[in-house]
Amino acid sequence: MRRTLDRRVLLVASLAAAFALAQCRAAGPDPAAQARSAAAWATVYEVLQHPRCVNCHPAGDVPLVGEHREVHPQNVQSGGNGMGLFAMACPTCHRDENTPGRHMPPGAPRWHMPPRNTPLVFEGRGARELARQLADPSQNGNLSPQQLLEHVKSDPLVLWGWNPGEGRAPVPVPHRTFVAAFQDWVEGGCRVPE
Amino acid sequence: MITLEVNGRSVVVDVDPGTPLLWVLRENLQLMGTKYGCGAAQCGSCTVHVDGNAVRSCVLPVSAAAGKKVTTIEGLTEPSGAALKQAWIELDVPQCGYCQTGQIMSAAILLRQKRQPSDADIDACMGGNVCRCATYVRIRGAIHRAAALARGGAR
Ligand code: FES
Ligand code: FES
Repeated sequence: MRRTLDRRVLLVASLAAAFALAQCRAAGPDPAAQARSAAAWATVYEVLQHPRCVNCHPAGDVPLVGEHREVHPQNVQSGGNGMGLFAMACPTCHRDENTPGRHMPPGAPRWHMPPRNTPLVFEGRGARELARQLADPSQNGNLSPQQLLEHVKSDPLVLWGWNPGEGRAPVPVPHRTFVAAFQDWVEGGCRVPE
Repeated sequence: MITLEVNGRSVVVDVDPGTPLLWVLRENLQLMGTKYGCGAAQCGSCTVHVDGNAVRSCVLPVSAAAGKKVTTIEGLTEPSGAALKQAWIELDVPQCGYCQTGQIMSAAILLRQKRQPSDADIDACMGGNVCRCATYVRIRGAIHRAAALARGGAR
């Protein structure tokens, strides 16, 4: 009886140890994946610094417009929740899709900026600084790396960067390339490049 | 056929779904208070409310307003609407008047959210309503006055 119990304890203990080892391996990407992660950041950073992305991730409380990142006309402000203020809420002019024609309001579902308490600033951020910020849930809107990946894969506001409507340059790096780079960055542990 | 509710009345219009709401209001429904200024969401003269939110009707396809409640200057019957009307008359705000319906529709949104708006609130709300006659100072004064009237604290 006693020996059976010991054997069971041993079995459970060795299973637990194997499980812990597997967890450990899953948590720590191998050096090659880490290197890929750090290298992939260059592509991710190039995309995030494009005006189509920066303009709604400004350093201040006011969105930017155009290829030269000018302050949004009409005294538009993000408001605390990133949805604009009063009669100047984003959906006053921005619909679920681009309005046809040059100089017409662009649009995508839930057009908005990051809220003030998680401002997710891209404007003026260096490569290392932005990598650190994006990897940190306290600075990225409480998103896990997987959630970040989902966001860049399928959020309509992100996809809009490749379909920005007449008169606006799309992000030049193909979306597929961007997602692949982002995936490498995430899978290798969201490395901050040297 | 597109059905929408305009100023509390259900209406059915037979137009291309891409027609801007502005033209449906003016041409199909003969509601001429809402004005065309730029057609590009840049001036605010075409501002109406859709389900209680300010919208530039020149860039909103009527199909996007289907089944929704549209309010134009002709139907601005909420209490702050009466206060705005009185304040606008008291301060003699309009010059040519062309932009003023849009101004009032935007101001109505502000008064709904702020009982006592500051100058900064007014700037944030009204920055997208252009007035080529530059009546801005009187507009600011009239919004403060309307807010006071709506609060019942001023005569
Ligand atoms: S006419 Fe709609 S904003 Fe100018
Ligand atoms: S009163 Fe003339 S445009 Fe405003």
